[in-house]
Amino acid sequence: MINLTLNGMEIKVEKRTTLLEAAKFYGIEIPALCYDEALSPYGACRLCLVEIGTGNHSRLVSSCTYPARDGLIVRTHTERVIKARKLLLELYLATCPSSRTIQDMASKHGVTTVRFKQKNEECILCGLCVRMCAEQMQGKAIGFVNRGIKRRITAPFAKKSEECRLCGGCMYICPACQARCQGPQEENPVCNACLNLSPPCLDYFQEAMCYMDPCVACELGTGRKAKFTY
Amino acid sequence: MNVLHMRLKTPDDLDKLRDDIRQKQEKDKSFLAVCGGTGCSSSGSEKVREVFQQYLNRHNLKKKTTLKFTGCLGLCERGPVVIIFPQGIFYQKVQESDVEEIIEKTFLKGEIIERLLYQDPVNGEKFIYADDIPFLKKQKRILLGNNWLMEPTSIEDYISLGGYQSVVKALTKMTPPEVIAEIKKARLRGRGGAGFPSGIKWQECYDAVSKQKYFICNADEGDPGAFMDRSLLEGNPHSVLEGLIIGGYATGASEGIIYVRSEYPTAVKNVKTAIAQAENLGLLGENILGTGFHFKISVSTGAGAFVSGETTALVAAVEGRLGEPRQKPPHLVERGLWGKPTVINNVETLANVPYIISYGAENFLRLGTEKSGGTKIFSLVGKVNNTGLVEVPLGMTLREIIFDIGGGIKNGKKFKAVQTGGPSGGCLPVSLLDSPTDFEKLNSAGSMMGSGGMIVMDEETCMVDIARYFLRFLEDESCGRCFSCREGISRMLEIVEDITRGKGSVEQLELLKELANVVKDSSLCGLGQTAANPVLATIRYFEDEYFAHILEKRCPAGVCRDLIRFSINEELCQGCDLCLKKCPGEAIRGEKRQPHTILGDKCTKCGICLETCKYNAVVKI
Amino acid sequence: MEERTRTDLENLKKPNGSSVVSLLQEVQEKYNYLPEEILREIAKERDIPLIDIYSVATFYKAFSLAPKGKHKIVTCSGTACHVRGSEKVAREISRVLGIEPGYTTKDGLYSLENVNCLGACALAPLVVVDGKYHGNVTPAKALELFKMYTVHEKEEKEEAGCRCATAKELAK
Repeated sequence: MINLTLNGMEIKVEKRTTLLEAAKFYGIEIPALCYDEALSPYGACRLCLVEIGTGNHSRLVSSCTYPARDGLIVRTHTERVIKARKLLLELYLATCPSSRTIQDMASKHGVTTVRFKQKNEECILCGLCVRMCAEQMQGKAIGFVNRGIKRRITAPFAKKSEECRLCGGCMYICPACQARCQGPQEENPVCNACLNLSPPCLDYFQEAMCYMDPCVACELGTGRKAKFTY
Repeated sequence: MNVLHMRLKTPDDLDKLRDDIRQKQEKDKSFLAVCGGTGCSSSGSEKVREVFQQYLNRHNLKKKTTLKFTGCLGLCERGPVVIIFPQGIFYQKVQESDVEEIIEKTFLKGEIIERLLYQDPVNGEKFIYADDIPFLKKQKRILLGNNWLMEPTSIEDYISLGGYQSVVKALTKMTPPEVIAEIKKARLRGRGGAGFPSGIKWQECYDAVSKQKYFICNADEGDPGAFMDRSLLEGNPHSVLEGLIIGGYATGASEGIIYVRSEYPTAVKNVKTAIAQAENLGLLGENILGTGFHFKISVSTGAGAFVSGETTALVAAVEGRLGEPRQKPPHLVERGLWGKPTVINNVETLANVPYIISYGAENFLRLGTEKSGGTKIFSLVGKVNNTGLVEVPLGMTLREIIFDIGGGIKNGKKFKAVQTGGPSGGCLPVSLLDSPTDFEKLNSAGSMMGSGGMIVMDEETCMVDIARYFLRFLEDESCGRCFSCREGISRMLEIVEDITRGKGSVEQLELLKELANVVKDSSLCGLGQTAANPVLATIRYFEDEYFAHILEKRCPAGVCRDLIRFSINEELCQGCDLCLKKCPGEAIRGEKRQPHTILGDKCTKCGICLETCKYNAVVKI
Repeated sequence: MEERTRTDLENLKKPNGSSVVSLLQEVQEKYNYLPEEILREIAKERDIPLIDIYSVATFYKAFSLAPKGKHKIVTCSGTACHVRGSEKVAREISRVLGIEPGYTTKDGLYSLENVNCLGACALAPLVVVDGKYHGNVTPAKALELFKMYTVHEKEEKEEAGCRCATAKELAK
């Protein structure tokens, strides 16, 4: 077992546990776009940042790839972390506004303006599809090509891959195209519309009767605009 | 005696061989050194050497002297350089036509040829001997010093200069912990960028338990503006091999790999030759000099990626995979090349090792500062008079390097800044000229030592443009894996480009700073974590230039294309038609002998008219 | 083609399985670019997923998936070159050739490349034509240099009985 400090708590975790897994286990929520339990961690989206160490030597690391180590001091919600996370979300919105997942996450973290020029990318290069294809489907049909700003995900020579079995795993796991946001078509890339939904059960009961997040009714579009906005 | 057919079985064999070579070389103590470094080669030194060779052959002078085609001598700006030994007469910008005169006058009669002498760019003083030239006099060349005494691929030359002595000393008189202790005592810090203490690295690898360990020499010199590793590998490859063997012995590694970038074909060739020579002599391979230590070295060539210089990415590249960095920990001493403990040292770091072992840590320490020992090679380039490689004790001030050694700024212009540390570093202004160049001082000034590129900038260099330049470089060279680095750099570039076009705003400048700090904080590897440095450092010291672009829509240095225009001063223009003929955009109009004008909409702002005008009539506004 | 590919592959096989990078370096050396069918063959023969080979081939700058021109022009854009005006030089060359860096002219004569540092910074700005280094280049000098090469090329071509459009255009 490994002993470490997480947000001030002394905790014990199994060997080979990552900081993200440890935080999850102890009920601390850390956002991430490129992480999936079933796939190997990749550390590309940088949203799961946590601060390790103290004083001048503290630094931010991606919790999904950082292994728990004895004596490590981890803080998941420091000012530095939140600031970085918010700006990154703003960048995500400016790059790929049509993703419902990103819009939801931005709303949840209180990102309400975008100061960068608007792009309309379809892909955030989180690599979930690449890992899904290789690790779960044994496909190896798609991968990263080029580097830097020219980096893309594609099949070899941008032609239909012989390895591809059309299983659809890549589309299933994609945070950018799986749930496309119908939201803002106008100038403003932030809609915050999803925030304004409230479960329809509140019409009949004084408290919400289920704890599904997000609410299935809302997901289906039968939820209504809330009386109180947050 | 052909050393390639010998095999040295004991340290005594090496001593005997050295004595033999020295005895043989004694009788031709005089020799001609023609610089064969990249700089001189491109100014035609190979031709010069050929002509020398032909002349010596034709006049039967071969017995009187030897001709050596050496590695880089450092003063690349004045190439091709020829030095006549034993006097050490230094001739610069030697052309094929000068060869006969040099041999007839200087070599045979000892006369000096005035016009080939080095002339000080500032006061015009001429110097005869290499050692007197200020450029060389102020240097302390413990690594580069041998370059002009030997042919890079001659192991005889290297051995006669005392080569492989330190390997003998380490292997026969010291235990691995003693070698590590010596390196620690010398406070040798990595010369590749971060400046991590090498002794600690070695110790960690020594402590790691594994049957197989690797020692990698990082020669993927990617920092733009730095070429010392190239010169060391091309000019004195054996010194790097020697350092690598000692490193392998100290850390318990049995295999060394030199990872060279493919842009340096001569370096690859020379290193391979050197390895073959050392193997033949028994200085590499099984049971080196009968000491029971086995070590082999192989060469791996890079395929062109700046990010592969990052240690974890380098391991991936050597393994032949995508050169992408990964999260540390696990560190390389825990999981390195092929999963085994691995140490990576830069070329220059390793070249220091033989000196430390031979002369002891005290002597090495005496050269540097309190916290780090030894010398550092800088590539002094940009708008400075004497461009080239300079090796100075750590802690020498920037002013001494740029003005005393470098001979000041080109064309009498004013110094504006010096850029150190490559794309991870920053630009230092006039106010910091007197600060010493060591790891700590450069870091606290917002720059870093990096691999030692020192790019001097004058008043005609735009600092916003420099920030733009580095961001463009990094946008291209980032691996693209982390979002913060890939998208962050691209967005910083977007803002800086807007500023250089006169479309920036003060709010954008604030956003730029905010973004720069986040990119620095949240990226995975060293490239991303330092990517914001060029931006932050230029804002820190040259914010007024940013404001000039933003508020006045003006580029004070006259660099940013969208903010300048060319025009012709009618009073000075003689109507010679020269610019009109040369203009690639056909943007210049005017009758012969009448003042010309430039049509703004057709002008491509290439500056050819400014370059060709003999009457200084073309001006940049 | 089939036959040739096969023998090449035999030669490329190494006892202890050389890495993807070194395999591609050998192919690049041999053909001057990475032909698609060879990469597909390698993937099949050596049981490496094609996408892994393709990723490596596009990641590193030394590899090219398209054939290169007869003459290779490399402009350096290292920091030292940049402060001494390499951008203007590169733009001029690009304009004259009518291609962006990374491309080859339609007649297959020139390939233009931009490298981030060639390590001969003392001679900045630097242009390398077919492996020969030219230092201290200015836009005007670049044009002169280029004319020299094209005139030479034109002579060669005229001997062979055809004309080079670029040379013709430049000779006026």
